[in-house]
Amino acid sequence: MNDALDVALRLVIVFAVFMVLPLVVGQTEHKVMAHMQGRLGPMYAGGFHGWAQLVADGVKFAQKEDIVPAEADRRIFQLAPAVALLPYLLVLVAVPIGPGEGAVGQVVDAGIFFVLAVMGVGVLGSLMAGWASANKFSLLGGLRTAAQLLAYELPMLLAAASVAMAAGTVSLPGILDAFEWWWLPWQIVGALVFFVAGLAELQRPPFDMPVADSEIIFGAYTEYTGLRFALFLLAEYAGIVVLCALTTVLFLGGWHGPFGADGLGWVWTLLKVAVLAFVVIWLRVSYPRLREDQLQKLAWTTLIPLALAQIALTGIVKVAIN
Amino acid sequence: MPPIPGSGLAKGLAVTLRTMTKKTVTAQYPDVQPELPPRSRGVIALFEENCTVCMLCARECPDWCIYIDSHKETVPAAAPGGRERSRNVLDRFAIDFSLCMYCGICIEVCPFDALFWSPEFEYAETDILELTHERDKLRAWMWTVPEPPALDPGAEEPKEIAAARKTAEKLEAQRAQEAQQAQEAQQAQEAQQTQQAQQTKKEAEGEE
Repeated sequence: MNDALDVALRLVIVFAVFMVLPLVVGQTEHKVMAHMQGRLGPMYAGGFHGWAQLVADGVKFAQKEDIVPAEADRRIFQLAPAVALLPYLLVLVAVPIGPGEGAVGQVVDAGIFFVLAVMGVGVLGSLMAGWASANKFSLLGGLRTAAQLLAYELPMLLAAASVAMAAGTVSLPGILDAFEWWWLPWQIVGALVFFVAGLAELQRPPFDMPVADSEIIFGAYTEYTGLRFALFLLAEYAGIVVLCALTTVLFLGGWHGPFGADGLGWVWTLLKVAVLAFVVIWLRVSYPRLREDQLQKLAWTTLIPLALAQIALTGIVKVAIN
Repeated sequence: MPPIPGSGLAKGLAVTLRTMTKKTVTAQYPDVQPELPPRSRGVIALFEENCTVCMLCARECPDWCIYIDSHKETVPAAAPGGRERSRNVLDRFAIDFSLCMYCGICIEVCPFDALFWSPEFEYAETDILELTHERDKLRAWMWTVPEPPALDPGAEEPKEIAAARKTAEKLEAQRAQEAQQAQEAQQAQEAQQTQQAQQTKKEAEGEE
């Protein structure tokens, strides 16, 4: 096949997934959250059980006036949503969905490094928004984002390092090729740490102090309206997809399943991502927001020691096997 | 025993998951009419055939929201030589639902059962003045008044039915008594006849 065409096709597919899956997660969140609270959720948009609610929301956001505060740092303010959203698109390119060359946007040899580094960039969008808005609530939100990023990036990296140690490679398809079913109990602590730290980095409830609407309006997004605000929201849901996909690939064995792993690997991946996305929504509905100091305490006194213990365990088992 | 660490978190997850599997409580009102409890106080309906323009409702109303106009008519004597009667004819009966506080005193106080609670509640207007509803509308709401709910098992009999039953029993007893009397009279008559026949027979034998 023509190389340029091949690249274009892959990018188009990744972009389509990037546009569709976050909306699916968002709609699922509407519905699951409603039913967990004894409600029905959206019922009108689109006719059948409100399936087009997020499309309608998008149309609404696009119609709104795009306001930049007079005192704001104009260019940074306008650039922030893109910085928040695009890294997740880039991460998605490197996530393998099935076995072989054909099921990944682009094989990156240093996959874990690339993925975690780029995901970290996404949080910069919130920092830029918080600083450039010239609003004290935005600034508070930005500061909280920064504190959260510092606290939770570390356990996330440590947990991922544990998997890289176990597989002996930092390439995502390489990790999946080395995967055995008994990695699940072996890396379970690392998986939990990675998932929780990822939730905190996405600023999802119960770790949504940076946008705590009852305390600081909407944190770094306070001054945003219209499409730019919608992009921030989309970034959150894209982040859920990426986090769930990464957890699936690193800890749950990606395309490996009890049966049908040959042809239906991508179904297993999508299924695991969907279950994890449900868990993300479930946690949001079930738990109240942590206090800022509780958040820091959880990261520094629980998650990091757990992640270090996981690395030690991985090392011991690895040496014992060899 | 201290609780297992994390059991509270698990309980929280269990609660939301259980709620998700249960039926939702959302009322889809404009699409689905609500299921109202019996004796719902939606609006006050007028059964104008029963109204005698006694004005009790208008006078008892704490808000003064009932408007009644009437005039007198003379009814010619029913029997020749009798006296002419006069009666009140209802001209206007209106309730201003922008004032009404739905206390239901007018319904309680009506001695002729002319006012009823109807569960109908969709009579919003765009102008507050249009909330004064006239007799035709109040009469139309009468069709939405539900049958009174059935009595509880073992409840006391309604007074109307008790009275009717008492009358019926009295009539029955009277009829039975009359029938018995008639039977006794017939028997007595028959006995007399046989006696007479025997007597005539004896007399005839004696003559021979």
